[in-house]
Amino acid sequence: MNAPPATAGRVATELTRHPAIWIGGVILLLFIVAAVAAPWLGTIDPQRIRPLTRLRPPDADSWFGSDMIGRDVFSRTVYGARISLVVGITVALLSVAIGLVVGLVAGFVRWFDGVAMRVMDAMMAIPSILLAVALIALTGASLQNVIFAITAAEVPRVARLVRAVVIVLRERPFVEAARVVGTPFVALLWRHVLPNTLAPLLVQGSYILASAVLIEAALSFIGAGTPPAVPSWGNMIAEGRAVFQIAPHIVLFPGIALAITVLAVNLVGDGLRDALDPRLERR
Amino acid sequence: MSYVLRRLLATLPVMATVALIVFSLLHLSPGDPAHVLAGETATPDEVASIRAALGLERPFFERFADWSYSVITGNLGQSIFFGRPVADLILQRAVPSIALSLLALLIAVAIALPLGMFAAWRAGRVIDKMAMSFAVLGFSLPTFVLGYLLILFFSVHLRWLPVQGYVAPEDGAVSFLRHLILPALALGLVYAALIARVTRAAMLEVLGQDYMRTARAKGLGLWRMVVRHALKNAAVPIVTVIGIGFGMLISGVVVTETVFNVPGVGRLTVDAILRRDYPVIQGVVLVFSATYVLINLLVDLSYALFDPRVRR
Repeated sequence: MNAPPATAGRVATELTRHPAIWIGGVILLLFIVAAVAAPWLGTIDPQRIRPLTRLRPPDADSWFGSDMIGRDVFSRTVYGARISLVVGITVALLSVAIGLVVGLVAGFVRWFDGVAMRVMDAMMAIPSILLAVALIALTGASLQNVIFAITAAEVPRVARLVRAVVIVLRERPFVEAARVVGTPFVALLWRHVLPNTLAPLLVQGSYILASAVLIEAALSFIGAGTPPAVPSWGNMIAEGRAVFQIAPHIVLFPGIALAITVLAVNLVGDGLRDALDPRLERR
Repeated sequence: MSYVLRRLLATLPVMATVALIVFSLLHLSPGDPAHVLAGETATPDEVASIRAALGLERPFFERFADWSYSVITGNLGQSIFFGRPVADLILQRAVPSIALSLLALLIAVAIALPLGMFAAWRAGRVIDKMAMSFAVLGFSLPTFVLGYLLILFFSVHLRWLPVQGYVAPEDGAVSFLRHLILPALALGLVYAALIARVTRAAMLEVLGQDYMRTARAKGLGLWRMVVRHALKNAAVPIVTVIGIGFGMLISGVVVTETVFNVPGVGRLTVDAILRRDYPVIQGVVLVFSATYVLINLLVDLSYALFDPRVRR
């Protein structure tokens, strides 16, 4: 697991050897740019209601058509990327940060290990969407609560992963040696433990990003996600449900955007996994 | 102690902790539990009587013990909207959800095992790359988006299958299956992608072993070789991922039943969210989590079938 230091040249070689990373990365980057630059991409106010142009199919003027109250589906889809990406990226960062702390402490402090891992096991036994639904039913539907609920469901996976890495490292001679010569605990973590958790965390983090985007959309779809007024992809699909047979474009455009985003993140995750774990790749 | 008994006992602390988490969600969250359980439209008297029944002045763990006892005896509380026991509501809706999950599982395994085995056998070739691209794609397509795509193609465009709805098996087996096939396909595909990836990795591991070379040298037929030797030895990771993936399947049931209007436990959950019926949500979380733990207990027990070393 002690990879040679990452130089620009080595990164470039890895990227050409794993096209999934840059294909996924480029698509993801395009979505991020679109989300940030949403107001300048030929969009109009995603909330503007135009009763006269209800259920209009896609054409040259309105690229993705309009929904049942005349809102522009293209504008809503572009703005929807903001919600999905904010939720996905925030949940990934938060779960990795919290899971890292829990996993590190569990890996080094024996009494905490038993308790924490029993709780993590139990949390993983609760299907993630249902755990999120229960939390949101108690706290109310808002963007923060959605992020909090999905993070709660994802933390155990990171904590277990970090703990597993730490337990293997703990017994390795170089960690023992560092301890014997009196390296302060924080320095031990910083120099020897953290670098070894980086690769698996990067891979796990990208899978969590994908899963968070999916769960947010599913939560919004079943009415336990972002508030109805917010143009999120899950909300759009839920609203288009009733008129799906006569105006499928209302459901399909956000649905396809959602699928492409998740696919791009999964591609990056798979590519990173192959690049960072040569043992798996050669299979 | 026998393996079976040991595994059975190991699930008890997990279930107890799940129950503790579910109980804590309500009782440690900022709101008033009596208000949540009574619903928004409850009169002050109703809230007061629920508060008295909860005994909120008693210590936390005493209340938890009482609540756990009633859950074990099958009392999951009262639905605010229906005014009926949550356990009855879930039982009433269980059949469509179980049928949907089983059919999805069947479809997933039927697609994933051959696909994963074939990909492993032809590892690195075009066919392997295609199979694994399918797996990544299947893993990324949200169940509800796939559901709508399937409806659009098979029901609206080709008119082969009903758009949505559900027919009980006793009202006609053919109609029952015709209504269930698209939801099960939408639900099963993600699962199939997951199982196919693990099957491929497990088969690759086994195919590289010495005993497989021996089997080939003995001149065993491909079928006997793959099924009798390779699949049996690759079975443990495959059934493990089937068990772990079951949580995904349960989450998918909630969404799929909404897309296809199947009156199951998932639909009950979504209706409960819209009606702010917290007792129902809490009951569903408990029942689904217990199902997940039980499925994984069965998976653990099945190891003994594939690997005699486990039986000790």
